[in-house]
Amino acid sequence: MPANTPVYLDHAATTPLSAAALAVMTRELARTGNPSSLHGAGRRAHMVVEEARETLAAAAGAHSSEVIFTSGGTEADNLAVKGLYWARNAADPRRRRILCSTVEHHAVLDTVEWLEAHQGAEAVWIPVDADGRLDLDVLGAEIARDPGSVALVAAMWANNEVGTVQPVAEAVALASAHGIPVHSDAVQAFTSVPVDFAASGLATMAVSGHKIGGPVGIGALFVGREVALAPLLHGGGHERALRSGTLNAAAAAAFARAAHDAAAALATESERLARLRDRLVAGVARAVPEAVLNGPDDAGHTGTRLPGNAHFTFPGCEGDSLLFMLDMMGIASSTGSACTAGVPRPSHVLLAMGRDEETARGSQRFTLGHTSGDSDVDALVAALPQAYARARKAGMAGHESSIRTAGTGFIS
Amino acid sequence: MIYLDAAATTAVRPEILDTVWPLLTTEFGNPSSRHTVGETAARALDYARTLAAAVLGVRAGDIVFTSGGTESNNLALKGLALANPRGRHLVITAVEHSSVRETADYLVRHHGFALDVVPVDRHGRVEPGRVAAALRPDTTLLSVMAVNNEVGTIQPVAEAAAAARAVGALVHTDAVQAAGWMDLAPLAAATDALSVSGHKLGGLKGSGLLYLRGRLEAEPVLHGGGQERGRRSGTENVAGAVSTATALKLAAEASAGGAAEGYGRFLAEHVLQGLDGAALLTGHPTERVPGIVSFCFPGTSGEAVLLELERRGVVCSSGSACHAGSTDPSPVLLAMGYDADTAQTAVRLSFTRGVKEAEIAQAARATVAAVKAVAGL
Repeated sequence: MPANTPVYLDHAATTPLSAAALAVMTRELARTGNPSSLHGAGRRAHMVVEEARETLAAAAGAHSSEVIFTSGGTEADNLAVKGLYWARNAADPRRRRILCSTVEHHAVLDTVEWLEAHQGAEAVWIPVDADGRLDLDVLGAEIARDPGSVALVAAMWANNEVGTVQPVAEAVALASAHGIPVHSDAVQAFTSVPVDFAASGLATMAVSGHKIGGPVGIGALFVGREVALAPLLHGGGHERALRSGTLNAAAAAAFARAAHDAAAALATESERLARLRDRLVAGVARAVPEAVLNGPDDAGHTGTRLPGNAHFTFPGCEGDSLLFMLDMMGIASSTGSACTAGVPRPSHVLLAMGRDEETARGSQRFTLGHTSGDSDVDALVAALPQAYARARKAGMAGHESSIRTAGTGFIS
Repeated sequence: MIYLDAAATTAVRPEILDTVWPLLTTEFGNPSSRHTVGETAARALDYARTLAAAVLGVRAGDIVFTSGGTESNNLALKGLALANPRGRHLVITAVEHSSVRETADYLVRHHGFALDVVPVDRHGRVEPGRVAAALRPDTTLLSVMAVNNEVGTIQPVAEAAAAARAVGALVHTDAVQAAGWMDLAPLAAATDALSVSGHKLGGLKGSGLLYLRGRLEAEPVLHGGGQERGRRSGTENVAGAVSTATALKLAAEASAGGAAEGYGRFLAEHVLQGLDGAALLTGHPTERVPGIVSFCFPGTSGEAVLLELERRGVVCSSGSACHAGSTDPSPVLLAMGYDADTAQTAVRLSFTRGVKEAEIAQAARATVAAVKAVAGL
């Protein structure tokens, strides 16, 4: 971490390029060639992309032919959810139901809502428990109610706000008994907890470059070889005609390098981050005893929570106020997700976990990554009492009447 | 090696890499984050938006950054057509890029749109009168590319757009190949949406933009966090956006004259004279951008000519890179009336304003020699 940057505790929003990925990116940016071109420059770029495909596949336990490069996690989620819905619905028009957890990222949530509003889908929201963990009984019951009407199941691998790792294998077992494909958004889980696409039995799985030390603007969707998917971007027919658009060789190579390195270091790095996270949680408890940890504490490091994630409710203060106070003291954090900027809104994830609106609005997420160390945690713990006191004085900015949920129609 | 395949992709310009370098390293924030690191990224994104808007002569709020030309074209057609369906009728030309053609086909197959494809003349140019004839009183959208990517022909966008607007239809133009050679402001003024790709101009791959006239409803292609005013979700690629905007600005600054304006004509004339009837210049004789020079060499194999050219140090292509590898003749050349055998012999040389005179001269000689070698002349 360069000396002039503040204490950065928002790695779940984006994390800096790793040195190795930056080196790969720099090398490839100095070259040119469209991977679709047949001449030497094109063939070389094509080779770079294919090597990246193999490297990325290996890091995720997939076959290289299962990798569809996209512009990022959001596009990968859109392609999976729309593509599966369209393909399954076209094969059998009875398949209209999308079973989706209530704590999905907006890239999945909003896509499901769009399919419901415009494409004849019926969204069925599967609740989570107080720790944000998917209710498998409800999922099982919804499948059993009428398996032939289910187009797909969407269950993220790990939540981006509270870090809860989901029972993906169990969800897949329930669905695959009926031949129902499951999509998982593994953007936060990939290289943070063990992720094996082949072993998971998932139909599709989304990952993103800039969350793991790769560049922004690249991601991938893993698509099982037998899975029928309709494309989202039409054109030249790149990526098995599932994703048209000139392939981004430099970004793909840098992404693959970051994925390879992070996957190789997963065991040691996840333990390092989990310990650092425990230290942060303990420090916050000392500094602000009123603070409440949201999500599983994973004290035994058994993988129930992302190792780099800590998420709290700070009673009686607006999350935005605390974020602002901390930022003025040189500490970058988040109220939950970077993707719901704008007016203060309670997190749909915390509401789904049964928190009331005021509790949901007083939340703060601290996420650790490859550049994080003890000094970052120490700085946060030192700053927190004063920042919290000031934020409390500012109080809750909104009134009940002005509170809006984060654009999710299922919470009313 | 002389790289004359700029229409497929260009190298990143060094000054653009310098500009985006801090964004790839120290200033790495997510523009949607509300802390200082995020705000710095948001400012860089604002800068890119303002810069691009100035080149296009539009409001900054009307620029939507995308992952590239294909996504821009998808968003323009799907976004505008699905949000403003009117009579569910689309009009495109017979020489559009595959990302426009395939997207229009998708709207026909899945959303019940009717599609009229307006033919082009021998030079690849669409007659505005034929566009007008294809329009209906309730046409949804007309999409006319500004410059064809295979033969370089400039389309009469303003005239076609005027006819479309007269019936109340929206107008999109794929300006991916026009950028760098033409002033984009008049094109933006004449249309409701305009696509640009960064990597054809010395910007980063994976970045492009769509100008989308203010207040126009557009159904997003990518749903999620609501970035880009809800028109395009996904973490903004700030380095990519700055690279595309900077590329546009550098291209606009260079577009007033310059020696490169004459290179296309020189290349065409040298090859036509050198091969004395064995070469056909495809595309319009005058209404074309200098940076795309395309030929057919009847009786040869286009692939053999390309290999021979590469052996002589000149790298170019048969046409669209998106079509490369396909054994089918170019739909563009077929639409222009070339027979399949002749279309199979296509060779396209394309370059940016940064090309050197000596490179053009050498490529001209190499082309003549390569065709002679292949044809046994």
